[in-house]
Amino acid sequence: MALLEIKNLVKSFGGLKAVNDVTFHVDEGEILGLIGPNGSGKTTTFNCINNYFPITSGDVIFKGKSIKGLKTHKVCHLGIGRTFQVVKPLARMTVLENVTASAFCRVNATREAKEEALKVLEFTNLMGEKDKLAKSLPIGGRKRLEIARALATKPELILLDETAAGLNPGELDEAINLIKKMRDSGITILIIEHIMKVIMTISDRIHAINFGQTIASGTPGEVAKNQAVIEAYLGVE
Amino acid sequence: MKKNLTLTILVIVCLIFPLVVRSDYYQHLAIIALIWVIIGSSWNLLAGYTGQVSFGHAMFFGVGAYTAGIIATKLGISPWWGMMFGGIAAMLVGLFVGWVCFRLRGPYFALATLAGGEIFRLIATNWESLTDGMVGILIIQSFRSKLPYYYIVLLLAFACVYAIYRIMKSKWGYYFVSIREDQDASESLGINTVLYKNVSLLVSSFFTGMAGAFYMNYMAFIDPEVVFSLHYISIMAILVGIVGGVGTIMGPAVGAIIMVGVQETFRSSFFGLAPSWISQGHAMAFGLLVVFVIMFLANGVVGDWSKIKRYVFRIKPSSVS
Repeated sequence: MALLEIKNLVKSFGGLKAVNDVTFHVDEGEILGLIGPNGSGKTTTFNCINNYFPITSGDVIFKGKSIKGLKTHKVCHLGIGRTFQVVKPLARMTVLENVTASAFCRVNATREAKEEALKVLEFTNLMGEKDKLAKSLPIGGRKRLEIARALATKPELILLDETAAGLNPGELDEAINLIKKMRDSGITILIIEHIMKVIMTISDRIHAINFGQTIASGTPGEVAKNQAVIEAYLGVE
Repeated sequence: MKKNLTLTILVIVCLIFPLVVRSDYYQHLAIIALIWVIIGSSWNLLAGYTGQVSFGHAMFFGVGAYTAGIIATKLGISPWWGMMFGGIAAMLVGLFVGWVCFRLRGPYFALATLAGGEIFRLIATNWESLTDGMVGILIIQSFRSKLPYYYIVLLLAFACVYAIYRIMKSKWGYYFVSIREDQDASESLGINTVLYKNVSLLVSSFFTGMAGAFYMNYMAFIDPEVVFSLHYISIMAILVGIVGGVGTIMGPAVGAIIMVGVQETFRSSFFGLAPSWISQGHAMAFGLLVVFVIMFLANGVVGDWSKIKRYVFRIKPSSVS
């Protein structure tokens, strides 16, 4: 069953159509990769899903219900977590406080929120950093903190926006393992990624867009051979 | 353990202060400082913890004071009831201010509150049938001694600081700081930023309004230029926060004592020791103090306490050798 359906999504900024009639769906339990060259509208699609921007037309359906126009914080409460491409750590709070703040999404007592946060830190391998200020983390840690915060809100669907960008090879393997671990724990994942090693190894299906429009869709193998995708990335002879 | 000990000593010192220091003058200063503890802490909750800098806290203070004054003169109700009504009236103003101003972010919010404070000052000046305008409101003091006032405002100050302390340990506190750090990230973490900014503003305006109502009871006279003053209330609230330490529990309390101390030292021309023209210099002294704090103690006296301690300890051994 489709957990999330994007139907004919259009988002224009003035005369520019950043997303122009994109339709795809994410099935429960799968990892769907969203790829495309820079400026093709991937992050804009994310921003439309959690209504960070109001969408111009089309619809976003989560668990059979339209979530179009729902406030960003309500989308989170429904069960869609997200990370930001440009990381947004709550800089002057410790790592534990960052995650605790998000855990309050599901519980009210501070003690419970902290316990929940500690579990998530364990899961994301951030235990050693828990008392450091978020601003003191290197980029790898910040990316993991983004994931940890999104996980603490107990999402059914998580939107990962280039969580592997800027990581060194060691961190990259760790990130891949973390994403697999998340899927195994029952979370559905929609991921934007440029690093082919990541997207090709973990995605069940891939959806490729360019200039705001779908150019290919299918298994990683199919998409990698698709002529339109190759042209979008490498250009036409 | 050590923390509890410090706290116990602090409470005892506060409780016996007016019994030891019998001078009306120093008791008066202590009362004024405690009023500033309340205003500063309230301002700090909104600006320091939630990141919504207010340049208009005088409007909550003034509305609290005028509520107490008006129910006493027009309705004949004891102005002590105004402590409660003043807080509630200030909260209603806060609700309105939040509704209008929280559409704006950052400096725009600050400017809107600045305008808000001035609007209330003008209303109080011109709505003469209700407020008696520039004539002000005069009531009869309930007590001749300063002791009852001291203990009432002490209780209020403790209640205010403790309430904020508890809030900052709870879900609200985590949400406030998250909003200060990044509103967009907070939204995506499921935080209703508009709601929680308003919650912070309401708590802040409630305590500031109570402080205003207490001021009415204690001073027995108010006029718009005093309680709605941009200079003496709104800006002073900011200075108390900055000097003491923005975003710390005890910062505004320490800031209040320092600022009232500096203000009074200048107002009294260094307690009569310096020529009287120096009393004109208190605004400049505030300015210099703020410059000093921003340059050397950017997190305020409490926020940079470890820095101060380190500096003091480094000097000690070298001066011995």
